Amino acid sequence: MTREEGRGRGRLRLSKLYSFSCFHPDVLQPEGPISLQGPGFSRVVYCNQPRLHKKKPSKYPSNYISTTKYNIITFLPKALFEQFRRVANVYFLLTAILSLTPVTPFSPVSMIAPLAFVVGLSMAKEALEDWRRFIQDMKVNNRKVNVHQGGVFGFQTWQKLRVGDIVKVEKDQFFPADLLLLSSSYDDGICYVETMNLDGETNLKVKRSLEVTMSLNDDISFRDFAGTIRCEDPNPNLYSFVGNLEYDHEVYALDPSQVLLRDSKLRNTAYIYGVVVFTGPDSKVMQNSTQSPSKRSTIEKKMDYVIYFLFSFLVLISLISSTGFAVKIKYGMPEWWYMEPNDTSDFYNPSKSALSGIYHLVTALILYGYLIPISLYVSIEVVKVLQASFINKDLHMYDEETGNPAQARTSNLNEELGQVDTILSDKTGTLTCNQMDFLKCSIAGVAYGVGSSEVEIAAAEQMAFDLSTPCTQNNRMRNSWENGGSDSEVSEIEMETIVTPRNQNEQRRDENEQRPVIKGFSFVDRRLMEGNWLKEPKADTIMLFFRILALCQTAIAEVNEETGGFNYEAESPDEGAFVVAAREFGFEFYKRTQSSVFIRERYLSSRQPIEREFKILNILEFSSKRKRMSVIVRDEEGQVFLLCKGADSIVFERLSKNGRIYEAVTTKHLNEYGEAGLRTLALAYKKLEESEYLAWNNEFQKAKTTIGADRDGMLERVADMMEKDLILVGATAVEDKLQKGVPQCIDKLAQAGLKIWVLTGDKMETAINIGYACSLLRQGMKRICITTMNTDMTPAQDVKTVVIENILMQLTNASQMIKLEKDPHAAFALIIDGKTLSHALEPEMKHQFLNLAVICSSVICCRVSPKQKAMVTRLVKEGTGKTTLAIGDGANDVGMIQEADIGVGISGVEGMQAVMASDFSISQFQFLERLLVVHGHWCYKRISQMICYFFYKNIAFGLTLFYFEAFTGFSGQSVYDDWYMLLFNVILTSLPVISLGVFEQDVSSEVCLQFPALYQQGPTNVFFDWYRILGWMGNGLYSSLIIFFLNIGIFYDQAFRRGGQTADMAAVGATMFTCIIWTVNCQIALTMSHFTWIQHVFVWGSIATWYVFLLIYGMFSKYSGNAYKILVEALAPAPIYWLATLLVMVACNLPYLAHVSFQRAISPMDHHVIQEIKYYKKDVEDQHMWTRESSKARQETKIGFTARVDAKIRHLRARLQKKQSSFITQQNVQSPARSH
Amino acid sequence: MNTEMASSSGGTGSTDPSAPRRHSKRPKYSRFTQQELPACKPILTPQWVISAFTLISFIFIPIGVASLLASRNVVEIVYRYETDCIPINLRGDKVGYIQSTLDKNCIKMITVPKRMKHPIYVYYQLDNFYQNHRRYVKSRSDTQLRDKKKENDTSSCEPEESNGGSPIVPCGLVAWSLFNDTYSFSIKNEPLAVNKNDISWKSDRDSKFGKDVFPKNFQNGTLKGGATLNESIPLSKQEDLIVWMRTAALPTFRKLYGRIEVDLQANEVINVTLENNYNTYSFNGKKKLVLSTTSWLGGKNDFLGIAYLTVGGLCFFLALSFTVVYLVKPRKLGDPSYLSWNRNPAGH
Repeated sequence: MTREEGRGRGRLRLSKLYSFSCFHPDVLQPEGPISLQGPGFSRVVYCNQPRLHKKKPSKYPSNYISTTKYNIITFLPKALFEQFRRVANVYFLLTAILSLTPVTPFSPVSMIAPLAFVVGLSMAKEALEDWRRFIQDMKVNNRKVNVHQGGVFGFQTWQKLRVGDIVKVEKDQFFPADLLLLSSSYDDGICYVETMNLDGETNLKVKRSLEVTMSLNDDISFRDFAGTIRCEDPNPNLYSFVGNLEYDHEVYALDPSQVLLRDSKLRNTAYIYGVVVFTGPDSKVMQNSTQSPSKRSTIEKKMDYVIYFLFSFLVLISLISSTGFAVKIKYGMPEWWYMEPNDTSDFYNPSKSALSGIYHLVTALILYGYLIPISLYVSIEVVKVLQASFINKDLHMYDEETGNPAQARTSNLNEELGQVDTILSDKTGTLTCNQMDFLKCSIAGVAYGVGSSEVEIAAAEQMAFDLSTPCTQNNRMRNSWENGGSDSEVSEIEMETIVTPRNQNEQRRDENEQRPVIKGFSFVDRRLMEGNWLKEPKADTIMLFFRILALCQTAIAEVNEETGGFNYEAESPDEGAFVVAAREFGFEFYKRTQSSVFIRERYLSSRQPIEREFKILNILEFSSKRKRMSVIVRDEEGQVFLLCKGADSIVFERLSKNGRIYEAVTTKHLNEYGEAGLRTLALAYKKLEESEYLAWNNEFQKAKTTIGADRDGMLERVADMMEKDLILVGATAVEDKLQKGVPQCIDKLAQAGLKIWVLTGDKMETAINIGYACSLLRQGMKRICITTMNTDMTPAQDVKTVVIENILMQLTNASQMIKLEKDPHAAFALIIDGKTLSHALEPEMKHQFLNLAVICSSVICCRVSPKQKAMVTRLVKEGTGKTTLAIGDGANDVGMIQEADIGVGISGVEGMQAVMASDFSISQFQFLERLLVVHGHWCYKRISQMICYFFYKNIAFGLTLFYFEAFTGFSGQSVYDDWYMLLFNVILTSLPVISLGVFEQDVSSEVCLQFPALYQQGPTNVFFDWYRILGWMGNGLYSSLIIFFLNIGIFYDQAFRRGGQTADMAAVGATMFTCIIWTVNCQIALTMSHFTWIQHVFVWGSIATWYVFLLIYGMFSKYSGNAYKILVEALAPAPIYWLATLLVMVACNLPYLAHVSFQRAISPMDHHVIQEIKYYKKDVEDQHMWTRESSKARQETKIGFTARVDAKIRHLRARLQKKQSSFITQQNVQSPARSH
Repeated sequence: MNTEMASSSGGTGSTDPSAPRRHSKRPKYSRFTQQELPACKPILTPQWVISAFTLISFIFIPIGVASLLASRNVVEIVYRYETDCIPINLRGDKVGYIQSTLDKNCIKMITVPKRMKHPIYVYYQLDNFYQNHRRYVKSRSDTQLRDKKKENDTSSCEPEESNGGSPIVPCGLVAWSLFNDTYSFSIKNEPLAVNKNDISWKSDRDSKFGKDVFPKNFQNGTLKGGATLNESIPLSKQEDLIVWMRTAALPTFRKLYGRIEVDLQANEVINVTLENNYNTYSFNGKKKLVLSTTSWLGGKNDFLGIAYLTVGGLCFFLALSFTVVYLVKPRKLGDPSYLSWNRNPAGH
């Protein structure tokens, strides 16, 4: 039954309603078939005969898609290649190979095993990540679609779909491949498509089938359907399609409006039939996708330089060593009879000392290889995986609604999150939920609607807080209040700015509690609800307003089976909000027929509704160029009206003289709405005389039936004639619903010193409104709009140069303006559209554009294509050299997500492309704050401290080997047992450093969030600058000297215990190694500021492990050689062993301790002070100070609502001062009068 | 160390068991995964720093003094003889002399400077002898030394692995170059016994040098190295070899020769008969005879004591300077005015 109804509704000929621009229903195809020849047009599709595509030459790929990097066969070679792209790994591979030759100072296993482990681990990680991608692909590939087979339609997986298949796609389903639209549930073969996943545009697009095929609209009719499509080869161009359809011995031309692209979605249409043209990798969306590049973090790149530095150092000391060796061999060796110099191989041959030296160089390179720690790479991998798992498991980033936790899809960028400088954000689906709520309106000059937009609520709360804190404490922005501020003034401001929205807010909340939440409608004002509007003074205008809302639309009403009410399917979300609003006001649109719109009017809730029919005479459709839409209706009394809604500027210039009564006050309201971040439209009407209408309609029909290119222009001109001399009724304000917490998140991110750019495919007005809503824009901010001038007049060949010159001029002017600006609080916003951007991104101009963009507080790019998003991202990334983060949710953001240093995907309800391409995925924009400010901050500090410590530890250890060489005639003998050396990096020092990398917290997550300014430690890179790296290296050098020479001094030649035994190499080596273990582990304990039991266990456990190892190793005489029983028998009973350990450990760590203590005492860093505050629980005792400091802990920013509040306060203050002075003058004026 | 057991509250309410588990993807709450494990967060307060430095200096200075005293109490006689023991007329060609078959005995007299309590350790000290050279260190076979059955295990002993096809036991350069000077002492013609037992590590004798492994084919080659070994005594009893096989870490080293187990009085004169066999002349090595008592710290070496005193003194100085800094420029801990946004108001 309902299905029948659905079909009935579906049988509307929508084309009748539309006047122009979407299709040409009554006109013959203007152009004939295109002759398709030559390369690039070789594709032939046999419709409904997919079996013909099983064989060459028309065999095309299946609809299987794969986004994985590897497959089973290519995994090993490709992944290995990836691994050995790292210089360090190549070096380790070389040493491992050399360790198989006799020159090695160590056993080959000790070289090969760690390398195999590192490479194996990284490859396992790659494999796991690729596996996840594969699972995602499988999910997509296994989606079901209705496919035609011999007259019946049956379900099949997407991947089995073949070119030529006829598919039936139902409402709200994704198209499985690129389809040629044959017919739809509408008689005239049109359908609506949402292409958000492709280009990010939110408005629905109309696609139409060829007339010849539009009658094929039931399952049966495809039994014998056959046709041949000849068309272009697969290409990535989303907006073009060239081809012919051969059907019934006729050839018809095809154009992009018949093509339904994969990953777009069928909307507002019950079903469509289409034939598969491009499958899988051939589809436009897949052609657009690029291989996800492997990204490396800034720290890792810098680490490479440190590695190069260390490597040069390694080569240097190896050269010293081998030179020394050669000299010793040449001059010393002949005298060393105990080494039988006459019976040697080339390694020690005194007569070939140069050759021996060269051999020794290799030995030395391996021996000192401890300077370049292979375990660094293993540890970093391990740490990053663990860090990523913390990100994945963070409950604060888990979205209850969608059930999606945050996900670190690649773990090698964790620390990059802590260094982000610029965020490039998509708008729809990222900042907004793509849902409009009717919030306010202004009717006949009276503003209705007491609800506040989310921005206002947030701003009000912030201001209320600021004001509740005593003025004296807040020195920053309230200094001048102290000077001139009296209580009355403060309360006045409160009255004006805080109390009202707050109370309204409460009211709104109260009412929301009473009523069920209606999607698309957040309007609160008792004056208009429940028929109360009848009591308002201008009730007739109000009624007109509601009728415009209800009538001036192209939506379709659909019975909601659950509630019995109506759902509306509108072309754009704001239109939907209007219809819903009209319904809520008592003007329920419930039916649309070919020529009429039916409205149920309910004046009072008690009374029976009246059903009215309005004849729709014409619809003058909305287009982005016209920025308005009108309907011409005839009411039941036969009166003809033109009802118009449109952008305020457009409507206002079309008002008649007597239609401007409310213009001034409405403008004021519109400005307020605009400032509150609302989307506004003005509503107007005009009453038409029958004759006037008929005359116009003649013109219109004439224009409609014109054939030729000028048809659209003519229609537009005719429409233009009609849409003038309007009478203003009012204006609406619709809230583009921001996602939860977006303004707060943007505010915090701005305070953390991040720059936020919005790149959107939407039109400029929408983008600007969202800019307001997110507080990226505010009143008083100087807006710089860079646009392309109208080039209709100029001859075509000059267009480009003229345009470029013009843009260049705009850029220069804007830069000049900013330079000349004196007000320190002045903020600038750069708004640029896609067309202009395409010029601005050209090499000669892009730097100028970037320079301008960088000094502007906010940048909004609208109408940008996916490719431009990526180009802007690259420009920012390469131009500023800073770290960029791109965040988006749709397939149109994939380019920018891949291009940016970090790509973040929103794992919302829609497609997965963005997530698949991203490095991190979160389910709501607001989680970005925690991701960056908490996890990013931590990971950055952890990784940088960890790397610095690693260098320290390996220098401290590695250089002792070098010093010892000088005492062994540079022979390449190490003082330590091979096992000690192997264990040093693997067991004895690895776990503490991993625990540092995983668990270190300078401040807790709450503090990170409360003090966003702490984030700046990342972008300014204070923890991994050369000063710090070299400092740590210096510390390592110092430690190595102390460890070695103190031990040499202590164990020089005398007996080292009461028993008279002298220390042999094993004893000296073991003692020295004990000192190293103590030193480096105590050093890391000093570095850490956060000890959970894990750190304690790892640090102290490592030291204990060393003794345990020595004990156990010493028990096996077979393997331990001279280390046999070394601890129990030789070292432990000797007090000098313990005294040496204590001395060396203290001496090594003394300078570091002194340095950090002095630094902390004299110039503490922010986190030091906060640690102290927390430590002494001052935050609990003096909560006021704590909140005050956290409110001050921000970078100077001109965006976000805090900045907006500041600006507002400045503004109010200025007004107050004005008032005060005028008050004083008034008094001055009055007082003499009184004295009379 | 000042520590604080601080833990941040969970605050998520997710531990509530009644919460509906709608989604299996929901991460499970645990303090570990939420990084909320209780932790102690020590910070470097001035008090802590000053007391730490003071404490270190208070521990180190006494240790330094004690070590220095111990070292000073050790009586050590070092007698360098590599030149003295060559007849004056032959000193022009020391290498020739040492390689000749002439009588190498030389008798010298040493005066005891201070009373030496037994046990008095007798050492030989070699100088400029690279016992730590890689070629030298590696040229040995521990398995052969330990196990009779493994006498063919000489692959690592190059170039002293075999002689005439049969393996050398003990093989390798280390054993081959065994020190062979001998010392005998007498006071007033009364021979002074030198106990050469237990001069090596017990573990070496028990486990590393086989009781059933006898020297074989040793020093039979054309090129003679150092000492020869009595082929009837098992390696585990050849303590000079065992001591020698413990290669020294530095080119200057002492090795234990024996013990004199009577006290020596001050100004007593000891007659030493040295048999100067070992060739250190090729490489200009010194040879020294050392008689030394020991303290709880071992032999005579002031280094440890001085180092302890230095570090202790440095810590004391640091503690002082910290106190001065703290007094001159005190900073209230947790004073928010030190936060960067308060320090440079120009930033706003």
